[in-house]
Amino acid sequence: MKTGQYISGAAHVGLILWLLVGIGFDADPLPFDSVSATLVTEEDYAALTALSAPPEAPAEPEAVPEPEPAPEPEPEPEPEPTPEPAPQPAPQPRPAPVQSPEQPQALPDPAAEAAPESTPAPAPRIAPEPAPRPEAPADPDPVPQVAVEPVEAPEPAPAPEPRDAAVPEESSTRIVTEAEERPQTAPTTSPRPLPRPSRPVPPEPEETPVETVAEAEPEPTPEPEPELTPEPEPEPAPEPDAEPEAPLFDDAVAAALAEALGGAGTTPDAPATLSQAEADSLRLAVSACWNVGSLSSDALGVTVIVALEFARDGRPIADTIRMVSASGGGGDATRQAFETARRAILRCGTEGYDLPPQQYDLWKSIEMVFDPEKMRRL
Amino acid sequence: MIRILSVLLACCLALPVLAQGGPLRIEITEGVIEPVPFAAPAFVPETPQAAEVARQITEVVAADLTGTGLFRRIGPDAFISQVSDFNAPVAYPDWRAVNAQALVTGEVAVQGSALIVRFRLHDVFAGQEMGSGLQFQGTVESWRRMGHKVADVVYSRITGEGGYFDSRVVYVSETGPKDNRQKRLAIMDYDGANTQFLTDSSAIVLAPRFAPSGDRVLYTSYSSGRPRIYLLDVASVSTRALDTEAGSMSFAPRFAPDGRTVIFSQTQDGNTDLFTLDLTTGTRQRLTSAPSIETAPSYSPDGAQIVFESDRSGSQQLYVMPATGGEATRISFGQGRYGTPVWSPRGDYIAFTKQNTGRFHIGVMRTDGSEERLLTASFLDEGPTWSPNGRVIMFTRETRGASGEANLYSVDISGRNLQRIPTTGGASDPAWSPLQN
Repeated sequence: MKTGQYISGAAHVGLILWLLVGIGFDADPLPFDSVSATLVTEEDYAALTALSAPPEAPAEPEAVPEPEPAPEPEPEPEPEPTPEPAPQPAPQPRPAPVQSPEQPQALPDPAAEAAPESTPAPAPRIAPEPAPRPEAPADPDPVPQVAVEPVEAPEPAPAPEPRDAAVPEESSTRIVTEAEERPQTAPTTSPRPLPRPSRPVPPEPEETPVETVAEAEPEPTPEPEPELTPEPEPEPAPEPDAEPEAPLFDDAVAAALAEALGGAGTTPDAPATLSQAEADSLRLAVSACWNVGSLSSDALGVTVIVALEFARDGRPIADTIRMVSASGGGGDATRQAFETARRAILRCGTEGYDLPPQQYDLWKSIEMVFDPEKMRRL
Repeated sequence: MIRILSVLLACCLALPVLAQGGPLRIEITEGVIEPVPFAAPAFVPETPQAAEVARQITEVVAADLTGTGLFRRIGPDAFISQVSDFNAPVAYPDWRAVNAQALVTGEVAVQGSALIVRFRLHDVFAGQEMGSGLQFQGTVESWRRMGHKVADVVYSRITGEGGYFDSRVVYVSETGPKDNRQKRLAIMDYDGANTQFLTDSSAIVLAPRFAPSGDRVLYTSYSSGRPRIYLLDVASVSTRALDTEAGSMSFAPRFAPDGRTVIFSQTQDGNTDLFTLDLTTGTRQRLTSAPSIETAPSYSPDGAQIVFESDRSGSQQLYVMPATGGEATRISFGQGRYGTPVWSPRGDYIAFTKQNTGRFHIGVMRTDGSEERLLTASFLDEGPTWSPNGRVIMFTRETRGASGEANLYSVDISGRNLQRIPTTGGASDPAWSPLQN
């Protein structure tokens, strides 16, 4: 027991002595580099900045939509060959090739749009000469903005296109009466969603010190048009930095899925039935249009079996829709139930149901059982 | 690991549909509940002088259908094609393109004071008519009824049950503050149009009830200083007191389905019981003799049974008994108090007022008391009445406070489509007429 204490005490004493003596420590100072600084006078600084700063601050800042400091540098690299509608006003004739705040006001000329290469985008408050367009930068964004070039409709407001198959707001699969309603705790308004984040910008070219000076200025001389340029596509841009081997494996998984979900029909000997997934797809599609809201309570008690045939494009053939049998109601109720079922089939099949064309023989003739048991309200 | 699991899941999902001998069969058990979109382009006027009334009739038809909550009108701005010739073939693809499931086309002709309305109902997605075209003829003054009749047919053909638009509602019109409220009987179309007052406000009137034929109204009046039952002829607005026992208080009357018998409550010696009165013979019959309060009786559509409220169990509950009297069976067992039961004209439900934990509800239950379902909830809801087709319930809703006002509301028996009925001033105690002839 005490042996351990002795050993510990001796070790501590030795350590303290070693620290006091300082064996092994080097007292020499570390080497460092010195950088010479040049003193710039106020006049020199003004002369330098006069070349890059805009002539004067914009008198009316409201003319510019939003300063948007973050997307500012976006127009500069100009990776896309076309979508610069704003700079068409040709910066060349201006004494200073710096873009003025009024320039975005000019409407884009559709004719000039046809030849965007002749009007390269000026580099805002950077250099006395317009920055040359980068030579075909490696575009990590595979979304071809050129495809959206027809910018004749400058209003970016997305027009909500009618969606016939969509379920209207009033629709529901459950009825909640006033007596069952609970007081709403959710706020009646919600904050406006943030604007869409700007697209990933390719790496910027090297910035000069002058550019840094200009960057610090709050003066907004942006090109708002690039932001307003056609937000081309709702679909998200694919991640360019996806791991390389993942697609291969995903492809394999997708192939397996496709094969399992019915892709086997691609083989000459197609299976004798639709897969469950394909049948479910058809069932869900018809369900979305099976509107029982206007049915009488009698008709809601009728289960009707409907037979029909499909064209090869998946569209139901209206003349072939017929009632095979019905149960649970009288004549009028049965008729209403059948007509509602027929409307559902036709309404959601105007564009054709998503059925595997290689297995047409399997779904050319189908029977559908419309059972409203779950939809009975009372 | 996840990918492996997803592959396994896909394999499970990919189990083929069971092979079967006949064609592939898909079972659909869930749909949607949404208003049926319909298009009602302006009815075509046969002559220029019919243009305005044609437009008005179209609006009545569209308003009737939309007001049910079961239909949604597609605005004319969305129309791709117009209907300028009633007999021209319908361009179904154009109406399909605007997602109209039903299309109502019509034509209106005015010949002197006569008004002729022709219409057709089209199933747009089937590309064919639903039923055959119909024609109504009446007077120009009755153009609203013509519109209601067209809407009734459209409603009936699409839903499979009778309409209720060509009907009227008698109610108690109320004016003034709660402590000095003036009440008088009024009658209006089901949608609040064409209001007429049937009595003055010299005496308090209560509980008007239509005869099955719709031409007479029973009501209770305090004109003699005590509640007494009167019979009013709607056409002539003539009134006479029923021959109930002198010196007693009689109230809560209602016609039997035969239109000849009236059932009512009468208070004698501090006890309130149910009685019937034969209007042709004047014969009175006592139905109950319990020491409790029995009131608010209502016949089943076949006239065989009566539902009424009673406090014989210690609290206000609903009971059913034979129309000739006898043993009563309690049918309400939920928490709270139940009152003002009304048998559905379809015979399948009983509507009632329920008071529980300080709130009033309008609800429905099966005639045996099962499947109770509360449709509304507010400070004061009471006095339900059924639409002629048994699909809609109208009732009184009164707001809280000294300045609170009573108004009429309607609700679908599913609990959807709660709507306020526009009336001239306050309104309470509605009674829905049968469909007019």
